[in-house]
Order: sequence, then C-alpha cells, then structure tokens
Amino acid sequence: MDLAKNKVTLLIAGAILGVLAVILAATGNPGNMAFCIACFIRDSAGAMKLHQAAIVQYMRPEIAGLLLGAFVISLVTKEYRSTAGSSPMTRFILGFIMMVGALVFLGCPLRMIIRMSAGDLNAYVGAVGFVAGIFTGTLALKKGFSLGRSHETSALSGAVLPIAWVLLFALSIFVPALFAFSESGPGSMHAPVILALLAGIIFGIVAQRIRMCTIGGIRDVILMGNLDLFAILAGFFVVMLVGNIALGKFTLGFNGQPVAHAQHIWNFLGLYAVGFAGVLAGGCPLRQIILAGQGSSDAAVTFLGLFVGAAFCHNFGLASSAASAEAVGGPGTAGKITLIICIIVTFIIGFMPKKNK
Amino acid sequence: MYEVDARGLSCPEPVMMTAEALKSHGNEDIKVLVSEPHCYKNVEKYAASQGRSAEVHAVGSEFEVIIKK
Repeated sequence: MDLAKNKVTLLIAGAILGVLAVILAATGNPGNMAFCIACFIRDSAGAMKLHQAAIVQYMRPEIAGLLLGAFVISLVTKEYRSTAGSSPMTRFILGFIMMVGALVFLGCPLRMIIRMSAGDLNAYVGAVGFVAGIFTGTLALKKGFSLGRSHETSALSGAVLPIAWVLLFALSIFVPALFAFSESGPGSMHAPVILALLAGIIFGIVAQRIRMCTIGGIRDVILMGNLDLFAILAGFFVVMLVGNIALGKFTLGFNGQPVAHAQHIWNFLGLYAVGFAGVLAGGCPLRQIILAGQGSSDAAVTFLGLFVGAAFCHNFGLASSAASAEAVGGPGTAGKITLIICIIVTFIIGFMPKKNK
Repeated sequence: MYEVDARGLSCPEPVMMTAEALKSHGNEDIKVLVSEPHCYKNVEKYAASQGRSAEVHAVGSEFEVIIKK
C-alpha cells in the first residue's frame, strides 16, 4: 500500500503513528512526552554521560529504532543514497539551535502536537511561535537561501550514523554499567525496551515512506498551499486527542501540565527558533533522523548538532525547568540569553547575502 | 526545453525552482534534474497541481522530470 498516495492515506498514516505514541505513553513513556525527539536525544546524551542531569538519562530505544527503520526501508526501496557536502557545519549549528529552542519550550514539534492534544495551552502558544518561525524561514528561502548541493559519497559513509548508533544502543543493553540510567524523573519512565524499539522501527519505516516532517507540513502550506504533509500531522493530532480523552488525560489549561511551563514569551520564542532553524536545515528533528537513516551525512551532522546541543543545554543550564507547586519554571537567564543569540544567528544564516548557486 | 538543475538541493528548493521555471518558461517543456526520490515525487506532484503532466526517468542514480507544456 502506498501510504503517500493522497491526503487520506497520509492522514491514516499519521493516525497510525499517533496510535504508536499512545501505546508508548500507556506502557511507560512519560505522559505527554510519548514520542518526543528532542527529549529522546537529550535522554540519550545523558545516558552516555555527555551531561549529568540525573533525571534525564536513558538510552531511548526509539532513536535506534527510527534510524534502523529508515535505514532498512530505504535499502529495500532503493532510496538509500549516501550523500554529503551541503554546508555541514552550518547544519550542525542549526541542529544545535533547534535543540536549544526545543529545550526552552520543553519539547520538539512532535511533543508540541502531543501536548496540544492533551489540552496544554502552553503548547498552543508555542505553536504560534513555531508557525511564525517557519514563516520567517520561508522568507529566507524566497530570498534565495540555500545550504548548497550535496554530492554522492562512498556507500558506507551514509551508513555510519545508523550503524554506530545501533551498536551504541546494543552496548547499552548488553553492558548497561557503561551507561547512566535515571532512577527518578522523566528519564526513569519508559516503555519496555523491545516495545519501544519496535515502535521506533515502525515509526521510522512509516515516517520514511510518507516523508513526515512537522516543519515541512506547515512550510508547504505557507509556500505552496499544499496540505499533503499537513494531513499527517492532523491524523497524528486527532488520534492523540481521542486517546487522551479516552484515557482521561485531557486537561485544558496553562497550569498543572506535565513537564511544561507557562512563560509564554519563552514558549513562543523557543519554538520560533525551532521552526526558523528547521526550515533552513530542510526538516524538523524527526525528519533529520529519517534522512540520516537513508544515507544523508548532512542530516547526520544536523543530528549531531541536536545531540551536542542537548548536552550543552544541561551542562550550561540552558534548558527550562518545568513548573511545579513551588516554582513557575521556565528558562533561567543563561537559557534566555542563549536563545536570543540563537535566533540572531539563525537570522544571520538565513538572510546573509548569497552567491549564486 | 528549459532545464532546471536541482540536484543535491534540500527540500523545498527543487519544488521552488520548478515553480519559478513554470512562471518564467511556462510555455515550453521543462526538464528538472533531481537526486532524491522524494524530490522527484514532490516536483511531479507540484506539476500536477499546476495542471501539467510530467514523466520521470531514472538517470543513473538520479532522476529527470520532464514537465510537458
């Protein structure tokens, strides 16, 4: 079945992915963090002790699953192409910026949709910022922004990240003493390993087939009035919404939401940075993982930017804290300053005068 | 035939270049060169959305999309 055939099949495919996220949340992943790419990468960075935040350290099987799923399906469909060479360091920075923005908001765009479906109004504030960021990115594209061409490289080069990551994941299973595992907090909450891995693989396969991208979904509406990729997000949202209502997890409001804060300006700006940088990088964090799985070393470098960015966020206190009974939560001074700098850097990258392609 | 070389470019640049070409050279056939399967599918879809038919040919590991006038 060609899931990418039309808007109806795309909507169904999005719904299937929504079901996977509901299953993972029901079997142990943190409530409305069911399938958050930024959180998963951040937890994995912690598991490898690249940061020491004790509550967010866990080698998330979903990341290995996504890479593996996209890698295998692209080999099967002969879409695997080992490519590289399109402004790798700029992509690294854009990945880094996306992670800073996501951790100030407390979630990647996928978690934004999940939080929206659970009634978290802060995520709607973030969504406005996200769309504004994507719109800014499309202005840069219209002005001629380009990271330049990638070129084919030796077939093995594009397989380095998927293979290395799957081996690291296997190591975390067979020699767990080498890794850190949270004993409390979000990092300690997880679905069974096999289930998470399988869900990641299926998610990776489907996302590769339908080209799922949270940024592309909105970008294509703004640029071309094309709703194809948006249909996937709509399907995902509706299933999560129904799931949350059915499980009694839908609570409309700004306060008391799990792992969230109500600092509106920072929720807005956090996802503004993710949307803007993501358009320039050619896709959201999820899409970068899928592209890395199908052989793009450029997307793999963006992934490394996300990964290192996550470690920096916790080592330098840039990530927001969640609101609690005692504290309002949100980013500290370092997080605020860094996010502003990140947005300025994204403007410089996006609107710097370009040579002809 | 007007030629657009979008090989190796990231989304959505190939489609944007196709849109520009359809505006500036809409009265002739247009050949769009792309590298990735998802790019040719996007270009093909965009052509269809503009009421144009398109053929895709594999050229080595890359693709050419011929958009008919």
